[in-house]
Amino acid sequence: MKRRASNVSLLLGASLVAALVLSAVFGPMLVGSNPEAIDLAHALAAPSRDHWLGCDALGRDILARILWGARISLGVSTVVIALSLIAGSLIGGFAAMAGGRVDEIVMRAVDIVLAFPGFLLAITLAAILGPGLVDLIIALAAMGWTGYARLVRGELLTLRERDFAQAARALGAHPARILFRHLLPALSGPVMVQASFGVGGIIIAEAALSFLGLGVLPPAPSWGNMLDSGRAFLLVAPHLTTAPGVAIGLAVLGFNLLGDGLAQLVDSYRR
Amino acid sequence: MKRYLARRLASLLPVALGVATLTFALIHLIPGDPVVAMLGENASPADIVGLRHQLGLDRPLLDQYGAFLYGLAHGDLGRSISTHEPVARLIAERFPATLELALAGLLVAILMALPLGLAAGANPGRPIDLGAMGFAILGVSVPHIYLGPLLMIVFSLDLRWLPLTGRGGLAHLILPALTLGTALAAILARMLRQSLVSVAAADYMRTAASKGLSRRAALLRHGLRNALTPMVTLLGLQFGALLTGTIVIEMIFSWPGLGRLMIGAISARDYPLVEGCVLTFALTYVVVNLLTDLAYGLIDPRIRME
Repeated sequence: MKRRASNVSLLLGASLVAALVLSAVFGPMLVGSNPEAIDLAHALAAPSRDHWLGCDALGRDILARILWGARISLGVSTVVIALSLIAGSLIGGFAAMAGGRVDEIVMRAVDIVLAFPGFLLAITLAAILGPGLVDLIIALAAMGWTGYARLVRGELLTLRERDFAQAARALGAHPARILFRHLLPALSGPVMVQASFGVGGIIIAEAALSFLGLGVLPPAPSWGNMLDSGRAFLLVAPHLTTAPGVAIGLAVLGFNLLGDGLAQLVDSYRR
Repeated sequence: MKRYLARRLASLLPVALGVATLTFALIHLIPGDPVVAMLGENASPADIVGLRHQLGLDRPLLDQYGAFLYGLAHGDLGRSISTHEPVARLIAERFPATLELALAGLLVAILMALPLGLAAGANPGRPIDLGAMGFAILGVSVPHIYLGPLLMIVFSLDLRWLPLTGRGGLAHLILPALTLGTALAAILARMLRQSLVSVAAADYMRTAASKGLSRRAALLRHGLRNALTPMVTLLGLQFGALLTGTIVIEMIFSWPGLGRLMIGAISARDYPLVEGCVLTFALTYVVVNLLTDLAYGLIDPRIRME
């Protein structure tokens, strides 16, 4: 029963994520329309055979914008997760390996950053750095790394005491070898689970920042700024908000299901 | 409990100081000149020097930091650049609206999560469990920026049951609170279910059953009580997301709170006001974490004995 439920989450999540990646990579080529091409004759046009998801207030093809937006959304969240994972692992790993005073000071600093709501940190950084892709990535990574630092440190501290690590140490293995050959592989499961949930969170945060005008700026298509510009036409053209809203929802759902499935998988391995 | 309270209150100070320092560092250390940003690229050098002096930005950083902390301790957050009003007063005017929204969101989350989590936790594997948990995973996946407009379309524009935007009576609060609380409700319901399923096999549950307590009564009396501590932990952790969630929601529903004030200040490059808003949000979260800790002491006597 448990096993089947795990497979369902994993299967559904992996399929959604795969579909998302495929449409981000190949979608823009297949659709062909320019996501920034203005065509006022088709302003607010309803979905039709030429424009499957209709057109926005400037007559731009919504499907093209959604697919290009997928590139931005996925690209940004992948880079952000990679950055926060690397920074968090290095800092958490360093604290765990150094131990003692250093560990305490580093983790106190992490606590202070954690005492600051993540999205607030991202908004503040985005506001000061100004809108733009690189600044957006920095702002989002600043909010994400603390979780990995804590996770990696905690896992390392317990894994270090486990039999396989003790055995390697007894055999005289170099600490670096123990870290890279024994501890890090054992850590990859929980980190992957957290990263998968993390992508969903970053997609939502990126969309929210772009929605607030602090992330990807128009005319570049992003799901967040599409939702923002669609708001003015809720009554006459609800499809302007539906398309990016459903896109974000499906993407986040995919990564959440994947995280769920991975968590159960890792759990069953650890038993 | 008194000693526990004293110890918790004492631990508040270093965290608050750390958060204030981080806010100051964010605004003052990040590269980029706020004065040039405020006045525009074509401002005359004299204007730039003048404004920099007026804001105290020409003083050494440590001086500025000292003045910032001194002002903070006296409830003085400086003056807004665009309106020249004291930042503290502007924030005090807007803060109640944000608090009202956050608390309403919290209430919605708890009211939605309890029935969902209980129904799912009492019937693991049954259709009602799958349905409730399906709803829960959808709930965490739909972003505020879509759920808000969606609720507006259905309840304000189509059905015309509720007002579209603004703050007023209870009717104005419903849609923003629903938008804000749904994701937390989903997370909370999942946790509650997990907690109920895991205590189902506990010894005291068997004892409860053997002394003739019905399954439902045992679940409510023992299961729910056991889920209380992790629920409070989760609520404390998630309150940060709830609090910052108000920023986006206030923009969607034109809710006159701190979030809208902050976004307006960001577009106007009104840095003292931005700093004040960020600080208020962060310190509120610090206080909520303290309240969470105190709630543990109330729920679980073992914790305050430590």
